[in-house]
Amino acid sequence: MFNREMESMPVNKMKELQLERLKWSVKHAYDNVPFYKKKFEAAGFHPDQFKSLDDMRRIPFLTKQDMRDSYPYGLFAVPLNKVVRVHASSGTTGNATVVGYTKNDVNVFAEVVARSLVSFGVSENDIIQIAFGYGLFTGGLGLHYGSEKLGALTVPMSGGNTPRQLMLMKDFGTSVLCSTPSYALNIADFIEKNMPDFKIESTKLRVGVFGAEPWTEGMRTEIERRLKIEAYDIYGLSEVIGPGVSAECSEKNGLHVFEDHFYVEIINPDTGEVLPEGEKGEIVYTSLTKEAFPGIRYRSRDITRLHHENCKCGRTLVKMDKVSGRSDDMLIIRGVNVFPSQIESVLMGFEGTEPHYQIVVDRKGSLDDIEVMVEVNEKVFSDEIKVMNNLSKNIADRFRSSLGISAKITLVEPQTIPRSEGKAVRVVDRRKI
Amino acid sequence: MNVTQLSAFVTNKPGHLQRVLKVLADENINIITLTIAETVDFGILRMIVNDPDKGYRVLKEQNITSSITDVLALEIDDTPGSLFNALDVFAQMNLNIEYMYAFTEKRDGKAVMIFRFEDVETAKKALIDKGYNIVRKIDIIGENK
Repeated sequence: MFNREMESMPVNKMKELQLERLKWSVKHAYDNVPFYKKKFEAAGFHPDQFKSLDDMRRIPFLTKQDMRDSYPYGLFAVPLNKVVRVHASSGTTGNATVVGYTKNDVNVFAEVVARSLVSFGVSENDIIQIAFGYGLFTGGLGLHYGSEKLGALTVPMSGGNTPRQLMLMKDFGTSVLCSTPSYALNIADFIEKNMPDFKIESTKLRVGVFGAEPWTEGMRTEIERRLKIEAYDIYGLSEVIGPGVSAECSEKNGLHVFEDHFYVEIINPDTGEVLPEGEKGEIVYTSLTKEAFPGIRYRSRDITRLHHENCKCGRTLVKMDKVSGRSDDMLIIRGVNVFPSQIESVLMGFEGTEPHYQIVVDRKGSLDDIEVMVEVNEKVFSDEIKVMNNLSKNIADRFRSSLGISAKITLVEPQTIPRSEGKAVRVVDRRKI
Repeated sequence: MNVTQLSAFVTNKPGHLQRVLKVLADENINIITLTIAETVDFGILRMIVNDPDKGYRVLKEQNITSSITDVLALEIDDTPGSLFNALDVFAQMNLNIEYMYAFTEKRDGKAVMIFRFEDVETAKKALIDKGYNIVRKIDIIGENK
């Protein structure tokens, strides 16, 4: 463990620590961010009334929309001269959400990433290639600072340029790859297609650190088999801090939340009611130590479950299930929960098929049918029918192995999937239930 | 130089093929011969045109997914058994024909077939060794194209 004291603290002691830190964090937000003051007062809540963890449910939620409305610095709780870094989301559906970090916040961010890496069996003796994008996105810099904090040799490769990734991997002796899981599959595809003589076994690669998008056990199995590595999930969101909010351990059956920095609750996404431990719902985050950008009861829209167990790894931290998707766009197809983001991940694994696709769900008789329409661009087009049929077949196979659903893949001409305001309409649900 | 084939991805629904043809017509591109391979959802239109590079460019400009590939154009006698004999050359060399189609008009009293191979050059060499006449790009679409 990177921080044995915090990671293996007895559960009741952790709760005491959380209460103490929550009191500070809630007051910090109230005192320094007019938005919170107004919102708390409207809900009839004052930080002085905060006595026990049960009082949490009296505090109103913070939403993504609140963050957009406060663009760019409206939710910062310290003067800008104390802020040393910002990150931002892409803002495809409105204003970007901007988050800030003080020096201390940057340290905490690095600390939780370093803890995550140790939790994956990575040490200062490793060579870590970071293939997350560097920039406003938290992935690249987040992993970078964590890797340096751990003391590992850090290769800031950033995303893309697969031939170069592989060359560095070989020449530098990379032992740990950090990227999105779909990019890892892309690398495997690239080797298979273009470098038949490249033996992944001849590299020192042994661990994969994957995050930034939902991925399934099917994808893990495939990545592990094809890249001959152990693949681990690192989870996070920029609104909370970035990657390192929670991380898997050697058990690979859930992600330990770094509870000394983040307080988590599970709520019913429809009613906002807090659910007892073990029930599935939307996870809500409250920062406990963040200075520049406190987040109080942030509704993540991510669906998961929390549970304590005597984990073999020795950590006492609460575990969350691998996030399967988001509460606002979940589809249930023949009883299987499917999220458009997962479908997107599968398609991202095929070079050339992103970014335009559409999912049509219909009910034929008593059975749900799912059809995924994929636009064919020049990268995947061939004048041979067998090549095109193979493409559909491979995509369908990947859906079956990764998501457990049988989808009909229909290849369509470019620009045929309707776009609303320039963004593709992803899901058409024709079922009348 | 080999004959160049222009191919386009076409959704198997009314009006889609016509759209491709309109783009070519508007740019004054003549189709010398064509074939369509169809599936339930889409078809692949394969054409020999008088200016494949321009054809490719204008289709691309209209967001029509297309590609150009080298194919083999072979002149054979228009008599029973001639095609059989030509295919025998490929069979003996273990060369798999991906697909084939014919020209609509005879050339100097002979039939012209288009063949698509994984490896055009090997197929070409095998045929030349057997004394077949390979039709060149220049023979079909003229100079400077």
